[in-house]
Amino acid sequence: MEPVSSLTSLDVERVREDFPILQREIRPGVPLVYLDSAATSQKPASVIESIDSYYARTNANIHRGIHTLAEEATAGYEAARAKVAKFIGISNARQVIFTRNATESINLVAQTWGRANLHSGDLVILTEMEHHSNLVPWQMLASEKGLRLEFIPVTDEGLLDLEVYQTLLAQGPRLVAFTHMSNVLGTITPAKEIIRLAHQSGALALVDGAQSVPHFPVNAADLDADFLAFSAHKMCGPTGIGVLFGKEALLEAMPPFLGGGDMIRKVFLRSFTPNELPHKFEAGTPAIAEAFGLGAAVDYLTSRGMEPIASYEHGLTEYALDRLEEVPGVHVYGPPAQNRGGVLSFTMDGIHPHDVSQVLDRYGVAIRAGHHCAMPLHEKLGLAATSRASLYLYNRTDEIDRLVEALYTVKKIFGS
Amino acid sequence: MDDFYRELIIEHYKNPSHKGELNPNDITFEDENPLCGDQIRIDLRVGADGKITEAVFSGHGCAISQASADLLLDEVVGKTLEEVKTIGKNEILNVLGIELGPVRLKCALLPLKVLKAGAYGLKQASDSLVEE
Repeated sequence: MEPVSSLTSLDVERVREDFPILQREIRPGVPLVYLDSAATSQKPASVIESIDSYYARTNANIHRGIHTLAEEATAGYEAARAKVAKFIGISNARQVIFTRNATESINLVAQTWGRANLHSGDLVILTEMEHHSNLVPWQMLASEKGLRLEFIPVTDEGLLDLEVYQTLLAQGPRLVAFTHMSNVLGTITPAKEIIRLAHQSGALALVDGAQSVPHFPVNAADLDADFLAFSAHKMCGPTGIGVLFGKEALLEAMPPFLGGGDMIRKVFLRSFTPNELPHKFEAGTPAIAEAFGLGAAVDYLTSRGMEPIASYEHGLTEYALDRLEEVPGVHVYGPPAQNRGGVLSFTMDGIHPHDVSQVLDRYGVAIRAGHHCAMPLHEKLGLAATSRASLYLYNRTDEIDRLVEALYTVKKIFGS
Repeated sequence: MDDFYRELIIEHYKNPSHKGELNPNDITFEDENPLCGDQIRIDLRVGADGKITEAVFSGHGCAISQASADLLLDEVVGKTLEEVKTIGKNEILNVLGIELGPVRLKCALLPLKVLKAGAYGLKQASDSLVEE
């Protein structure tokens, strides 16, 4: 993604009014400073209300029901699919599968496309900065099938080493599966170029968009991604629903994932024929209320504008990098602001990330501590754990100031 | 200044009296908390009378897990392995003297889990060792 202008048309004060939880105090007089959106984002009132109103007014199972409620539920569920398709630049909503989350989306590809098409000795290229959700499904398949896994290394600047990628491509991979934005380093990867090179070498490309789709415009058609996986709950939507985009021809040729109701066209005692897309991959009663919520989340982000959101977050990220780096003993990992999104992982000399988080919580500042589901990357960085502050459209510079103030208090408590 | 990081905890974290390794030892056990990467190894030497004569820990982790290990090993020297097996989680929590949420509870109890797994001669530690 191109660097975005620091000019913004996002009115953060108005945005903050949309999120009821931001009114909350962590204890009397201590307002919430929520800097953990890479784990899950907060939800605007419109999303909460859409779920509430679904249950209060519409609740019915979808597809095949003839009564009014069932028809309204089905229409809302399918409308959400159409909204998601448009949001990621896809005209044909049959290519949008609802799953539980980005993790399940990737597992779906591994267990259906992967199991049917990959064979002993086949090469799958991943990167060293993957979330466990884009590592473990391939490790599981690799041990079952005897696949080879190779990894695009992370450079000292926190970028992918594309020269090594080229040498790996020469070995004829079948799939390149990579993150669009690191949930630890914040690195925004050159997805379009990675995909172009993958296709040139005859491989398919799967993009883990869990951190990118919520934060800047992602156009699956323009990227020419074969698969794109992301979760609703990181983009102002509810937990329990995620998305897999796949190119239609690939999805058509893939065997079904889970078996059960809704994914079938005909069932006999000893056999079945699968339903058409996208239902073929949606067995059982899906997360209907959550689909309503996801649709509302897409509406919300669209109303605020993904370009203004990206631009605003970029300015905030620059500010946060500057402020964190001025604290003695704090080390921020990852690339400079132009190559990164609003994820800031850091360590403090002599103080464990858990202890940092714990003290920050006293000041209402919510950040995350640990390996952020990326143990191999932490191993590469030589760290057991990091503290991570992550930003979204509702954060303000004064919240970064609160974080920095609290970090000085941490230093005082630990006398370092 | 902070009622969570009591002076006792900071003191044992910064200046532990039982930090180190014993080679050779009579009992050694190591485990980690996969959620946060905290890692604790405890080495024990046991005298001819069956009582623990030396107890040390090594590894890395947050102030809570490290202070908890140090405070625990204060209690352990002079006890038999049978006595160690009866140490309950409240004993260590009372010594720490702070309210812990479910996540930090795991930090505080990791050393006891490691110690008891070692005392029982287990291959793998289990959370059931520190539940009552």
